Amino acid sequence: MSLRPDLAAIAAHVAPGSRVLDIGCGDGALMAELEAASGCDARGMELDGQLVERCVARGLSVVQGDANLDLADYPDKAFDYAILSQTLQTAARPDRILDELLRVGRRAFVSFPNFAHWRTRAALMFGGRMPVTRALPVSWYETQNIHHVTVEDFRDLAKMKGAAIERAWFFANETEIGATGANWRAEFAVFELSR
Amino acid sequence: MSGGLPQFAARMNAAPASPVYRIPHPLPLDSGQALEAAQIAYETYGTLAPDKGNAVLVCHALTGDQYLASPHPITGKPGWWERMVGPGKPIDTDRHFVICANVIGSCMGSTGPASLAPDGQPYAMRFPVITIRDMVRGLVALLDGLGIDRLHAVVGGSMGGMQALSLAANWPERAARVLVIASTARHSAQNIAFHEVGRQAIMADPAWAEGEYYAADAKPDNGLAVARMAAHITYLSEAGLTEKFGRRLQDRESKGFGFDAEFQVESYLRYQGSGFTRRFDANSYLYITRAMDYFDIAEEFSEVPGGGKLADAFAGTQARFCIVSFDTDWLYPTSESRHVVHALNAAGAKVSFVELSAPHGHDSFLLEHDQLDRVVKGFVE
Repeated sequence: MSLRPDLAAIAAHVAPGSRVLDIGCGDGALMAELEAASGCDARGMELDGQLVERCVARGLSVVQGDANLDLADYPDKAFDYAILSQTLQTAARPDRILDELLRVGRRAFVSFPNFAHWRTRAALMFGGRMPVTRALPVSWYETQNIHHVTVEDFRDLAKMKGAAIERAWFFANETEIGATGANWRAEFAVFELSR
Repeated sequence: MSGGLPQFAARMNAAPASPVYRIPHPLPLDSGQALEAAQIAYETYGTLAPDKGNAVLVCHALTGDQYLASPHPITGKPGWWERMVGPGKPIDTDRHFVICANVIGSCMGSTGPASLAPDGQPYAMRFPVITIRDMVRGLVALLDGLGIDRLHAVVGGSMGGMQALSLAANWPERAARVLVIASTARHSAQNIAFHEVGRQAIMADPAWAEGEYYAADAKPDNGLAVARMAAHITYLSEAGLTEKFGRRLQDRESKGFGFDAEFQVESYLRYQGSGFTRRFDANSYLYITRAMDYFDIAEEFSEVPGGGKLADAFAGTQARFCIVSFDTDWLYPTSESRHVVHALNAAGAKVSFVELSAPHGHDSFLLEHDQLDRVVKGFVE
């Protein structure tokens, strides 16, 4: 099974044997990869009970919970990595989630769709309506993405939170691209942070 | 059986009795007392591996027993979790050696208030008040007797889940996996209140006779039946009751302006109550409900009565946990399971938690539920 590109980038850069918390772990694809290939001790949190059930049925340790509320129970630096993939933009308060991520994990991986990708900009500029694109396929009224964010917005937030950007990866057409002009060119971004 | 249960012995003599393990030492109790010559009746399913590493202990609920996946000797009904335990079932007896033991305090062959005390008379109310941890002490003694150092998994729903948590907290090296379904780490005021109604119903029955009814013709069946009726309501959801019975009348076209069981739900509860008295001892009901009411794992790990942090009970545990709740269970609601999960997270334990959707309230864990099956199978495998 091949991982989504942002998850593959994360999986490739988590140190083997690490303790990992995957927030919004979905069906557990990344956790399973980290446990099988890197010998990690992976834990997950997922809001959707049916996805949690699938994770547990495949032997993963996943808690049904809401990242907005339930991260508070984890001790400081309980994990080597806290991972938030494609979830930041759905949070009630992304800034607070980022704080929690950097509290429970020594390092954090965050991936999100970049709202400043040229397709999105073009759709808004010329269409005059909230963009529905390959990366953001759901209409404004039913999308879970309530806090759209751009690569530059995220850099600003990280700076504001005193987090250092250790590394970053950018993707378009399911392929990694360079960092140059990423705020225009990237459909998805992955950042590795520390504080 | 050792002749300790005259009223059950008469009914059970046609059925093969469970194997019994005689605990070779006095069983120490939380009260400070000790139970001499206690015995544990149990059933096993499957084959113990040569390395004894495939044992799964399933703990039963308040009125359950060791007949997990084999017919009940009194009622003749299938085992209480036969849909979950057996060859090819989620808890697969082709792979695992599954043990289910009657808890001490109960009445299906393990030592309880109906058993004979050393003086040859039934204990009745002389039986010491026990706790959930005392029940688990008995189970651990049985595991010692079977030579099982470390369980592949301990599994329980409701009071069985309390035992699983108690085992994990007090004997952390004894189980690699801990599966807790529709349960709690402490009894709430509401839980205690419902139990008190049941106990008072039993003790208000003149036939209870301060617990000394074993030699009498009459048993406190009326009180025990009322206790069961009240408790049974707490095992169901309002929506489930409405769906099953609504306001429908039983075997009649119109109201009778009397106090027979006119509504279907009344008839059902009376049936549940009277059926229960055939297979359960009223004093056991008092003792086991009391044990559940005393249950508060955090307190056990605290110097202060009523105090303590639940996370401390699980500090350093190496076991994997899976906690399951049901969205319509108002007896041990999801919030109680979350409380356990939060503590396990704080303790750094490997924990899974899922709230399953089911219409039938607390009893959902005993009923058909494909998602539960998949969770149990995936976790226990």
